[in-house]
Amino acid sequence: MRVKLALPKGELQNSTAELLEESGFAVGDYRDGSRSYRPRCESFPDLFLKVFHEKDIAIQVAIGNYDLGICRVEWVEELLAKYHSDAVVKVQDLGYGKRSLYAVAAGKRSLEQMKSRSDSLRIVSEYPNLAEIFALKQRLRRFQIFPVWGAAAVYPPENAELAIIAETSPERLREQGLAPVAKLLEGGACLVANRDSMEKKALGRLLAALSCKNGGVSEVRDSAASEEGVRTQYRGASKPVVSLALPDGHQQRHTVAFLNKAGLEVDGYNVGRALSRPRVGLEGVMVKVVRPQDMPLQVANGNFDLAITGVDWLRDHLYRFPSSPVAELLPLGFGKVRIVAVVSKDMPVSGAEDLRKMRRDSALRVASEYVNIADRYAHDNHLVPYKLIPTWGASEAFLPEDADVLIENTETGSTISRHNLKVIDTLFESTACLIGNTEAIRKPGKRDKITALVENMRKGVGASCVS
Amino acid sequence: MKVPRCKGTRDLLPQDMAKFRRIESAFRDCCLGWGYQEIRTPVLEYLHLFTSAGTLSPDMLGRVYSFLDWDGWSGERVALRPDGTIPAARLYVENFQNLPVAKLFYLENMFAFEGTGKESRERWQCGAELIGVSRLEGDVELISIALEAMERLGIKHVQLRLAHAGVLKSFLNKLGLSGEKEAEALEQVFSGNLDVLGALKGKKPEMEKALQLLFGVKGSSPGFVENLRGTLAPSIPELAPCLDELSRIASLLTGLGFSYQIDFTSGKGFEYYTGIIFGFYSGGRRLGGGGRYDELIPLVGGKNVSASGFALYIDELMGLVKDAPGRERILVRAKDAEGLKPSLAVARSLREAGYIAEFDLGYKDVAAFRWIVNMRSSGGTELIDQRSGKKQRRASAEELKKLLEETG
Repeated sequence: MRVKLALPKGELQNSTAELLEESGFAVGDYRDGSRSYRPRCESFPDLFLKVFHEKDIAIQVAIGNYDLGICRVEWVEELLAKYHSDAVVKVQDLGYGKRSLYAVAAGKRSLEQMKSRSDSLRIVSEYPNLAEIFALKQRLRRFQIFPVWGAAAVYPPENAELAIIAETSPERLREQGLAPVAKLLEGGACLVANRDSMEKKALGRLLAALSCKNGGVSEVRDSAASEEGVRTQYRGASKPVVSLALPDGHQQRHTVAFLNKAGLEVDGYNVGRALSRPRVGLEGVMVKVVRPQDMPLQVANGNFDLAITGVDWLRDHLYRFPSSPVAELLPLGFGKVRIVAVVSKDMPVSGAEDLRKMRRDSALRVASEYVNIADRYAHDNHLVPYKLIPTWGASEAFLPEDADVLIENTETGSTISRHNLKVIDTLFESTACLIGNTEAIRKPGKRDKITALVENMRKGVGASCVS
Repeated sequence: MKVPRCKGTRDLLPQDMAKFRRIESAFRDCCLGWGYQEIRTPVLEYLHLFTSAGTLSPDMLGRVYSFLDWDGWSGERVALRPDGTIPAARLYVENFQNLPVAKLFYLENMFAFEGTGKESRERWQCGAELIGVSRLEGDVELISIALEAMERLGIKHVQLRLAHAGVLKSFLNKLGLSGEKEAEALEQVFSGNLDVLGALKGKKPEMEKALQLLFGVKGSSPGFVENLRGTLAPSIPELAPCLDELSRIASLLTGLGFSYQIDFTSGKGFEYYTGIIFGFYSGGRRLGGGGRYDELIPLVGGKNVSASGFALYIDELMGLVKDAPGRERILVRAKDAEGLKPSLAVARSLREAGYIAEFDLGYKDVAAFRWIVNMRSSGGTELIDQRSGKKQRRASAEELKKLLEETG
């Protein structure tokens, strides 16, 4: 009988590969740096393996696409916090990838002091469901949860009062200038199973082999107040400061080159791994490095006045929130990608029209990191009934088993064809752009500085065109 | 592809709606008669209305349908209202703060997630709020309205059970739990789960007696409350004013001839209750309840104004209301093309007279109709009484109506 196991990409990858090897399930082509999403296990040919982003694994196991999965406990809890389901069973703590989930602040104020505030408390997290449960349990009177794709630690204190983040120890938080105010849970890598599979399928051999590691996963709620690690607000906060968000990840290299052309030196950004708060040699301008996916929402909320992101993420945001006060101020020309609809090469369709006509017994599964763009595409092309599957990276892996259509970006199309997929439609072309908060750019204290920055960047765009 | 009904929802079929409307009109008539005015709040409210009140427990808030709408870029969530009183309090603060007393009632649906999907996640309630009255007569008025409404619906043997939020709160406070534990215990007690109290047995011997008396004994007279006061107030003085209040309400109810049970295990309610809590039961089912919540109006941003209210669960009442006899139906048939025009006129005049007059759309089952009216261009109108089988001819609609009244 075929058994399906979902394996994590990223930090847990090497330890998981070791675990599988020790357990007698040596898996080829899975270690860090491997490009395959479907590694094979020679000693157990009936074992189907697929590599996902950790966050997707709990979901995939819960909906029954996979019998077993390996991911950190916090992702399971994040899923169960919102979707009270008994479909996922935590089988075994695997003893590695240990870290805890903390509520952190950048300052000396205790949680009790923060609770007494009359205005809204901003909480930023990759774990929005756990953040909400935390806020409700703490009986916060008014709060806003900002879900982010990453870099949550960068936000306090200017852009959020609290962040819910996973870290290996309170010391590591303090090193980043953050003070833990509460510990939400602790855990690490764990083996999870689909309840139905546990009840009906013979998983014994695999479970026995993987369960040789032992440990304990426990939920704790003791608070861990701290005196140290105080991060101060950006100096000059009394005067209006213009805040600019720069992207991390693969857009960083292009952005550095562009800023150089624009004559903007950003100290600490032009390195392999950028500082989260690099310095720019302009009076009254603060820079933070965050995920480009999170920028439109953050700019809309006035947490940043300006940001360099992609047209793709701006559109994804505006499709969801048409009244949002964020706008493209300047197209920057670099980072050109196409946003495309992708299916398996084996699927006999060549366009949206074919998808629509395709006979099917169940809803079309549309996977994407761009949930709102994908929703709009499926809706506009009358692909009803359809189901959206939000993904957190490694999206090509979903096709064809776990999704039918993928809305994805591509530069050259080579990744797509390497995974035996084909492009059937181009939605639009996206490049990097400067976005701004439409209210901030009218504020007297900020207007001049923003105009000057935009002008600098405009020169950079001109220089790019010439070169 | 057949699209199923959304999990945890229910359809109201014609026979359900007939009951629903009966309950609605009985409740409306009753409240209007007592001088209350109808309001309707929006289904959507900001989530922070419910969190900022600090009055719904984390468990309840965890089951609120909340989401980001198209304005949600600010992280401001909107919620499908989970409760009728808090929005009514908001409405009062927005509109009626200058009135000395506001008497309001509503018929609204509430939404709360329920995991199994077996029970409806949408529930209908009819409720009344009395804002600006601190006198206990106000609570008694609300109890009277609720009982009267159920009486009008022919619901018999409704039990009234009384408890007091202040008694429950001071008792739990006296247990000396940590702030968080106390809040949790209170949440449990208000959600009707008393196991948490059982778990305290043996841990606080001096509280055993109070636990026994409060939750083990039920009374049905002001004398019972006096007995509790005499026994418990010396060791828990905080109980005295609450028990005095309860005793006064019990006396008022006795004076009005209401029977009731004082039962602290029935203290199911909301954390925003501050005084008396009352519940209505029938055959072990809870039909509704209410209580005093003097702190709610200031919590939602209003002045320091007393208030109390209640709600009846329409879904529960529907199970107890008998089917009303359906109105009799008349089938109007045009027997030829020329008969069509006069038959339209006859049907209209029958409807105006309060009858259900339907056109013949090729019904197979004519037995469902009490009367059949056959219209011919020549020869006038024929009325068949299907019950008696009698056929009669009449020339005009007026004569027809007269005949219907006579055979009625």
